[in-house]
Amino acid sequence: MIRPDSNLILEISNLHASVEDQPILRGVNLKVRAGEIHAVMGRNGSGKSTLSKVIAGHPAYTVTSGSVSFQGKDLLAMEPEERARTGVFLGFQYPVEIPGVSNLEFLRVATNIRRQQTGEEELDTFEFEDLVQTRLQMVQMNPNFLERSVNEGFSGGEKKRNEILQMALLEPIIAILDETDSGLDIDALRVVASGVNQLSKPSTATLLITHYQRLLNEIIPDYVHVMSSGKILRTGGKELAIELEQSGYDWIEQTVTSKEGH
Amino acid sequence: MAACRQWVEYLPPPDGVLEKCQRISRQALMNFGLPTHELEAWRLTDLNRLKEILNLPISAKDNELKIKTNESFVKAPNNIVQIIIDPLKNPLESTNLPTGFKVLSSKELQEKLDQSKLYDSINENWTIALNHASTEQILALKIEGKELPPLELVIPSQAGFFSPTRVILLLEKNTKLDLLQVVSGSENSAQSHLIDIEVGQDAELQHNFIALGGGQASLLAQIAVNQMNGSNYSFAALQHGWALSRLEPRINQLNGKAKTKLKGLQISNGKQQLATHSSVQFNGPEGQLEQLQKTAASESSHCIFNGEINVPQIAQKTNAAQLSRNLLLSNRARIDTKPELEIVADDVRCTHGATISNLQEEELFYLQSRGIKAETATSLLLKAYCQEILNNFHVDASRWFDINNLLARIK
Repeated sequence: MIRPDSNLILEISNLHASVEDQPILRGVNLKVRAGEIHAVMGRNGSGKSTLSKVIAGHPAYTVTSGSVSFQGKDLLAMEPEERARTGVFLGFQYPVEIPGVSNLEFLRVATNIRRQQTGEEELDTFEFEDLVQTRLQMVQMNPNFLERSVNEGFSGGEKKRNEILQMALLEPIIAILDETDSGLDIDALRVVASGVNQLSKPSTATLLITHYQRLLNEIIPDYVHVMSSGKILRTGGKELAIELEQSGYDWIEQTVTSKEGH
Repeated sequence: MAACRQWVEYLPPPDGVLEKCQRISRQALMNFGLPTHELEAWRLTDLNRLKEILNLPISAKDNELKIKTNESFVKAPNNIVQIIIDPLKNPLESTNLPTGFKVLSSKELQEKLDQSKLYDSINENWTIALNHASTEQILALKIEGKELPPLELVIPSQAGFFSPTRVILLLEKNTKLDLLQVVSGSENSAQSHLIDIEVGQDAELQHNFIALGGGQASLLAQIAVNQMNGSNYSFAALQHGWALSRLEPRINQLNGKAKTKLKGLQISNGKQQLATHSSVQFNGPEGQLEQLQKTAASESSHCIFNGEINVPQIAQKTNAAQLSRNLLLSNRARIDTKPELEIVADDVRCTHGATISNLQEEELFYLQSRGIKAETATSLLLKAYCQEILNNFHVDASRWFDINNLLARIK
């Protein structure tokens, strides 16, 4: 939902970042306001996932210049855990398996950390179980997965549901979902998309990173950005995703190159 | 050699039921001298620390025993038979043994010592010789029954002294027992502990071994187990906090068709050196082994694992798996791990593997991205890593250590 007067949540300015001295992001600019859903599209290696990891603070990536402001605060000065506490959520493309760490206990610890930050009371084991049951329904997830180790032995679809379950429990201000649609069949995609739609509020924002338009049939974006070579080449509405689906990424790269040539 | 000679000369004259053991062992020690790095079994051991052990006086009667844990933990629940092993006292002075537990008479004990290959092993193994040269008391029990209470053997230390302790347990046919041993070191104590266990036909023993040191404490311990056919022996050990510790589980499946599980965890920090030298001998067909050794080495510490498995011609259809998994948490820490499989039989399945790595960056980041501090995330991952071994500990064993406190020391 576009409301020009709504609060600016995330402002990325001329962001450059590299991994092992290899530049990946080469000047990303993006503004995300409360209530908005943005989709970032692009071919493999365009820098989409790097952008999500840099926002979340992955230690393998070095920001070489530029800034990221989250609700007016310098996000890049914060540790990854501080970013999460203040309301930045990254839904992983490949959620990590952590043998030996109970999923239920992990979810409870993470939820209580976030609740501390928002001034809410911490939940004890029983209270948390009540909360998690309601959130499980949102993503139609089998409660047995709570008893297992974090993501261990989960199918691709269950891992993604577990990511959205975490989002539902942590109630972030901005959710960055990195290829949440990858590896999902159409039914699972609808369940995950429905969860994301239910969690979208006028006070929060969503950044969807995806290759394909099909996710955007389920979660309607307000803006679509196309990335190439570490930059946002073009921004448009939902129709841009449809054009991309029909004409491919070559089309947009050629369009931009020919405009630059004139 | 001079260090050993001097140490032996300081010992009181051989005496009592163990007189013959003492005499043979002292001679063996004088012949051996101190182990050297040229001996494969001692190649990585900190020999200076070993030498320091021989500089300590033998534990004295008037010194207070120290159990380095919360006092409230020491008290055993009513359903547990707890025996505190003081190197100079009869450990059964203040313990009433329940039905199923019987002390071996002097005659039975002497027969047992003479029957076994003990006198040969003294001349082959420095750790055994050291223990037998100095041990004056021995706890020897014959155990029989299926509904027995758990047995807990507590082996405290004396700061500034060398304490040798020796135990023999004979599990009769079809017997089922849970055994917990707790060895506790403090300050500059040194302990030599030797336990011989016979697991009778179709008998089952769940053996937990907790070795928690402190300060400059040292421990040399050997667990010698003979398994009869149909028997089931599970050993789970935790080592932490010793300036020098060396645990030697030596399992002998006497006539095959036995099952052995060995699970070990070494958690080291500071300048500790923790070692496990295991040996499994299959002397009959259809024996099974499942072995998992884990270490987490931080700061400037050193962890050693040497896993010997012997499968001679007679041990056809042996099924053995050994895995050594190691976490190297600092670039100043050191881990040496060595599988040592000698397989002569041709119809067997023997697997082994070893990995050394640091904590996975992606796992840490995943937890941090959910608001969990880096330090807490590290502790969570370490605990998860240890849990695979700790799951093998009996619920009563957890009274003796708090894994969260222990891991909080790991940087």
